[in-house]
Amino acid sequence: MTERRRIVVKVNGMPYEREVEARRLLVDFLRDDLELIGTHVGCEHGICGACTILFNGRAARSCLMFAVQADGAEVMTIEGLAEDGKLHPIQEAFQEHHGLQCGFCTPGMLMTSYEFLNENSDPSEEEVRKTISGVLCRCTGYKQVIDSVMAAAAEMKGK
Amino acid sequence: MKPSAFEYFAPHTVKEAVELLEKYEDEAKILAGGQSLVPIMNFRLGRPEVLIDINNIKDLDYIKEEEDHLLIGALTRERDLELSPLVKEKCPILVEAVSFVGHVAIRNRGTIGGSLVHADPSSELPTVICCLEGEMRVVGPSGERTLEPEEFFLTYLTTSLEPSEILVEIKIPTLPQNTRWSFVELSRRVGDFAVVGVATLLFMEEGGVCKEARIALGGVASTPIRAEEAEEVLAGQKITDALIEKAGEEAAEATETEPDYHASAEYRKEMARVFVQKGLHEALSRVKGGK
Repeated sequence: MTERRRIVVKVNGMPYEREVEARRLLVDFLRDDLELIGTHVGCEHGICGACTILFNGRAARSCLMFAVQADGAEVMTIEGLAEDGKLHPIQEAFQEHHGLQCGFCTPGMLMTSYEFLNENSDPSEEEVRKTISGVLCRCTGYKQVIDSVMAAAAEMKGK
Repeated sequence: MKPSAFEYFAPHTVKEAVELLEKYEDEAKILAGGQSLVPIMNFRLGRPEVLIDINNIKDLDYIKEEEDHLLIGALTRERDLELSPLVKEKCPILVEAVSFVGHVAIRNRGTIGGSLVHADPSSELPTVICCLEGEMRVVGPSGERTLEPEEFFLTYLTTSLEPSEILVEIKIPTLPQNTRWSFVELSRRVGDFAVVGVATLLFMEEGGVCKEARIALGGVASTPIRAEEAEEVLAGQKITDALIEKAGEEAAEATETEPDYHASAEYRKEMARVFVQKGLHEALSRVKGGK
């Protein structure tokens, strides 16, 4: 029952080859096997959104996938947002507008916003609110998160 | 928590999947989008011995039009339904219903087949398929069969699929021009399961007469249900506010609500009345092929 499988996964552009148990959740694989601890584990049933990553370019809950399913796939985590040590405009906006307090939900907020802003370059605040509702934050009351995403949208559109 | 150990298979064809189901039967679960199954496994409410991951069966991921219906592969992601120009044009109520499912990250993975087979009576896809009179094509060791919603949904989280059968395709009629439609629901927060969900289709004749009305409710019984008495109130009539009032009352009578964490039985019944009326008003303001 504890058979292990060899998988090859590209994470933030880097290929990794590992052996995993079939029941290994993708989020635990990222955190414990690859030591990419930016992705957080919250509720483990898809509600809180803290573990949101991009799986083959689409946002997904990494607590609701098994690592074996990522064999041959491309994953992007929060560690893949900044390039050459320079923060992504979304990260800068969250910093500038205080879009985080304790930071636990932040990787989920950023990855969710990243997918959203790539598909909607000119979002309304209503759309941002709806998108962010898929990630639970218990600190900020969301106001600063919404301000951050709106500011990031403006910044990204200007480029 | 973490899921208990299981044996994992990832077949590439429906035939291989059925062979595995035949071999392991009740010990096996099919893993499609995993948005319902994996939470159940993480909580250890379910501990399947064998997982058959069908995500590699690419043949099950399609949306196509054939004559007067759409054929949708069971592995089609909810997000793909939502974004499909074809579905939006031919069956806009399906796009509206699916947009209520969870959040984008959930819909990116969740599949139409998985949602239907999971058969949660509060979820949107079973309700809208019931309203559309969609058909489920299932394949098993001895061939295939087609099931209507009333045959397919048996009770809470239970369908009439045999342990060795797999849902492969959903057939949905394209809606005639001028069909009026709506999907409305009451939920505590965006993305939550519906306390009450209502799908409404009004097939119209010349002169604004409703030839046939279909109203399906989710969240108010052990399966999605059709509010037949309410439909009869509207059929053959020019729809007025008074008729909408009456239809809502009839629909509330049809519910078999039970109290749960989210709502008392009385509240659900009352909300069924309110949301059927709201759904009818909204349907009248929306025309397929119009603005």
